[in-house]
Amino acid sequence: MHDVLRVPARNQPAVNDFALKLANVNGTGSASANGLLMQAIFRMGIPVTGKNLFPSNIQGLPTWYEIRVNKDGYGARALDYDLMVAMNSQTYVRDVREVRSGGYLMYDSSWPLDPELLRNDVTFLGVPLAKMCNESFAEPRERILMKNIAYAGALCAALDIDMGVVDELLGEKYGRKKALLDSNHKALKLGYNYTRDNFACPLPFHLAKMDANGDKILIDGNTATALGCLYAGATVAAWYPITPSTSVLDAFKALCEKYRRDPDTGKNNFMIIQAEDELSAIGMVLGANWNGARAFTSTAGPGISLMNELIGLAYYAEIPAVIIDVQRVGPSTGMPTRTQQGDVLLSAYASHGDTRHILLFPSSPAECFEFAVKSFDLAEHFQTPVLMLSDLDIGMNDWVIPRLKWDDSFRPDRGKVLTAEELQAMANYFRYSPEDQDHVAARTLPGVDSKGSFFIRGSGHNKLGGYTEIPDEYKEVMDRLKLKHQASAKYVPAPIIHNRPGARFGVLSSGGCDPAVREALDILEERGVPADYLRVRGFPFDKPVEEFLASHEFTFVVEQNRDAQLKALLTLETPVPKEKLRSVLVYGGFPLSARHVVDAILDQIEN
Amino acid sequence: MPSITKPVAAHPSLQRNELGLTIRDYEGSMSTLCAGCGHDSITAAIIRAFWEMSTPPHMIAKLSGIGCSSKTPTYFVGGAHGFNSAHGRMPSIATGAAAANRDLTYIGISGDGDSLSIGIGQMVHAIRRNVRLLYVIENNGVYGLTKGQFSASADVGSKSKRGEPNRMEPIDPVRMALSLGATFIARSFSGDKEQLVPILKAGIAHRGFALVDVISPCVTFNDHEGSTKSYLQTRKHLMQATETDFVPPAREILANISSEGSTSVTMHDGSVVNFRRVPEGYDPTDRSKVTAFLDHHMKTGEVVTGLLYLDESSQDMHELSNSTEVPLAHIPFETLCPGSKVLDEFQEEYR
Ligand SMILES: Cc1ncc(C[n+]2csc(CCOP(=O)(O)OP(=O)(O)O)c2C)c(N)n1
Ligand code: SF4
Ligand SMILES: [Mg+2]
Repeated sequence: MHDVLRVPARNQPAVNDFALKLANVNGTGSASANGLLMQAIFRMGIPVTGKNLFPSNIQGLPTWYEIRVNKDGYGARALDYDLMVAMNSQTYVRDVREVRSGGYLMYDSSWPLDPELLRNDVTFLGVPLAKMCNESFAEPRERILMKNIAYAGALCAALDIDMGVVDELLGEKYGRKKALLDSNHKALKLGYNYTRDNFACPLPFHLAKMDANGDKILIDGNTATALGCLYAGATVAAWYPITPSTSVLDAFKALCEKYRRDPDTGKNNFMIIQAEDELSAIGMVLGANWNGARAFTSTAGPGISLMNELIGLAYYAEIPAVIIDVQRVGPSTGMPTRTQQGDVLLSAYASHGDTRHILLFPSSPAECFEFAVKSFDLAEHFQTPVLMLSDLDIGMNDWVIPRLKWDDSFRPDRGKVLTAEELQAMANYFRYSPEDQDHVAARTLPGVDSKGSFFIRGSGHNKLGGYTEIPDEYKEVMDRLKLKHQASAKYVPAPIIHNRPGARFGVLSSGGCDPAVREALDILEERGVPADYLRVRGFPFDKPVEEFLASHEFTFVVEQNRDAQLKALLTLETPVPKEKLRSVLVYGGFPLSARHVVDAILDQIEN
Repeated sequence: MPSITKPVAAHPSLQRNELGLTIRDYEGSMSTLCAGCGHDSITAAIIRAFWEMSTPPHMIAKLSGIGCSSKTPTYFVGGAHGFNSAHGRMPSIATGAAAANRDLTYIGISGDGDSLSIGIGQMVHAIRRNVRLLYVIENNGVYGLTKGQFSASADVGSKSKRGEPNRMEPIDPVRMALSLGATFIARSFSGDKEQLVPILKAGIAHRGFALVDVISPCVTFNDHEGSTKSYLQTRKHLMQATETDFVPPAREILANISSEGSTSVTMHDGSVVNFRRVPEGYDPTDRSKVTAFLDHHMKTGEVVTGLLYLDESSQDMHELSNSTEVPLAHIPFETLCPGSKVLDEFQEEYR
């Protein structure tokens, strides 16, 4: 039974269906060569994914880049490599081992290869990259950098990458820097010609132009998040640098400098503050939101840990705040350049006392954009912190996504905020009464009218906003806050459900697990094990999540952490009996692959 | 707590400021601090300063951390918005608030525990950013609200109520601020309203971070014999280094006041801070001279007071960030959102 069901790792490689892995040394300039390859494949109209598996280091440690090409559009990480480009002697042994049987390995043949490392089920393609570059370039630094472009050239020959497209890309990149452009062309040719002349090119698996990318774009989640914040109208951003969220603010800054400078005065319609730590970053966000600006911070797990106290203040005093958490591997410093979904529980209940927050789980850069905008609307509508949980895989890797769209008729939901006129027309103003159907009470902004003045605080208050230590008065406010949180379930993005005929069980996941899970479910169906799929996109969970769990005999919760945090949250926050939930947990720090999911599910249903 | 609209009919003898408001209009709710607490005197001075400055109450934003001192914003200017935040976190919240709306007048109230221990990092960085904020440390040498533990400003040898002496060196916010490049530094005593009010007014007018360290005895936990921050000891060691007058910007007079002499500084709004008296050779605009003076007098245990240092020429956070004159919170969405066309163009780079 087991053998019948067990899927082969993947289909045999074919045209537009294979995976390659590039093993490099960090800080040697390989990133631009790898990016060039990715972009060239993308421009050839072929679905492609790139995963950068990089170390927490500036120079010297091993780094890998994986490229998966798949004509059917499966974008999750592949686990078996048809071609390894082994450019790092430190990891050579490991890299040779990872090539699938029948695959290829390209290496720098400037030096002889240790015969012990040879494998007879793998074809070795030796290209004298260093030697050729040393002969052609004078500067030591240039020799190192151009070696990367030379292997890109070699791959162009081996995989039939369209040289016209590569030329075009180099032109766009170095157009005005003639010398650099020439060096790049020269290096590219060195690798290309040598490979073409010495091996049977192209390899049996290679690329062929398609038209699958239409007007899609290739973008990382952090840039998309920053775009969302820009389009949402955020004017204040406060942050403290931390991998993998730093590029959110880098991108936001670049965007603001381009699109938020007053053309007449040259002044900034934004302020970005690099805070002294995350305690301050969240404080600044609270202060700015309290004062009527849309403000956000972007951080990773360690930052969320530090922000806990003020997240609770925002929750209890009812101050909007948008927090972008680009998750990385914890606990503690953990593995800063590796991906995980380890902040789910921390974020759901951040801070002491009874607190609960709105969470959004984007699964791609497209949703990073959409949900970033949504976060501000939710935060202001519900006057509460909203945490958007992205992760390193989504945030820092380039993804092929449909072109982002913007509806010019969009107007933000600024929530209930009283104007001077409205205040003047009122007999009295109380901060936390009356409440509307969503259990939200109107707020007032400083500088508007004395009648709306209010001393906001994190200490006990009654429904009128007065200080209290009276149990019933305190509870009344706390109970309303719980109802308010519940009310937000209708406003967070609804889950995406995909049912299949004959499904025997459910699979539930969130965020960056999505591509791997969708691929896994197709494989499972092919193998005669169809399953229904629900992807949660927000917390609190709404009825459809409960119904999905109720309507399946059991459901696998696929997530990237050790402690089954999403499963725990479902158990706490829906009526689902614990026994109906099973876990698929992958938390080593590399992005999820369909094989992880298929294997884990098959193992469990067979046993 | 919601503000209670004050009765309009004030006693005819109550003077009115430029806005036609009486000093009552700048009061807040009743204090719940211990009778005789220094903090209440500071509150009274703040009320007077804002009233004399004719600052519209709704244009004031009062912020604080946690502590007895941090409770006091409720006791002044009921018509202003307030934010009683978390212990040591007021500077960051004030920074964010100031970022969002540069038109308001910001006052932050803190304690020596709030500012010199848990919140020292935030205070230091708010100074560094030169956030436009009048920052008052109500300094009593102890944690009042948690019942009398030494704070980081307790002097060496000062005794706790139980008789234990403090052995560690105090952190002096004034000298720390000097070394950090703060642009307005003053010290005063809660018992000296004559001195405090003009200092607060100058601090309100200052373009940048105005640090006012006010020795403010805690009658309950630090006013006993052996304490160096008791009323008695403070009075005994006061050394009033500078005396200042604050002259508001009255257009006709303005032309007559010279801003050239080292003893008067014109503030950016046209008001003038007049150093009526300074010690021989002292220059309140020369950081190294002020530092030397303070180092010398600290050794003798004197409590040096007055507006000690003033630099009105440095840029504040908004100027340093080149932000627009309009409060960021007031810019319409239509201006902020670049729209679909730009999004389309932008994505061409991602093809
Ligand atoms: C995170 C945190 N830790 C501890 C406390 C307890 N706490 C409240 S006030 C205070 C000290 C206040 O001292 P100070 O700032 O000097 O104010 P004072 O009461 O003397 O005016 C402490 C430690 C707290 N509120 N928050
Ligand atoms: S304990 Fe001290 S600081 Fe607190 S109110 Fe009483 S006298 Fe003032
Ligand atoms: Mg104190």
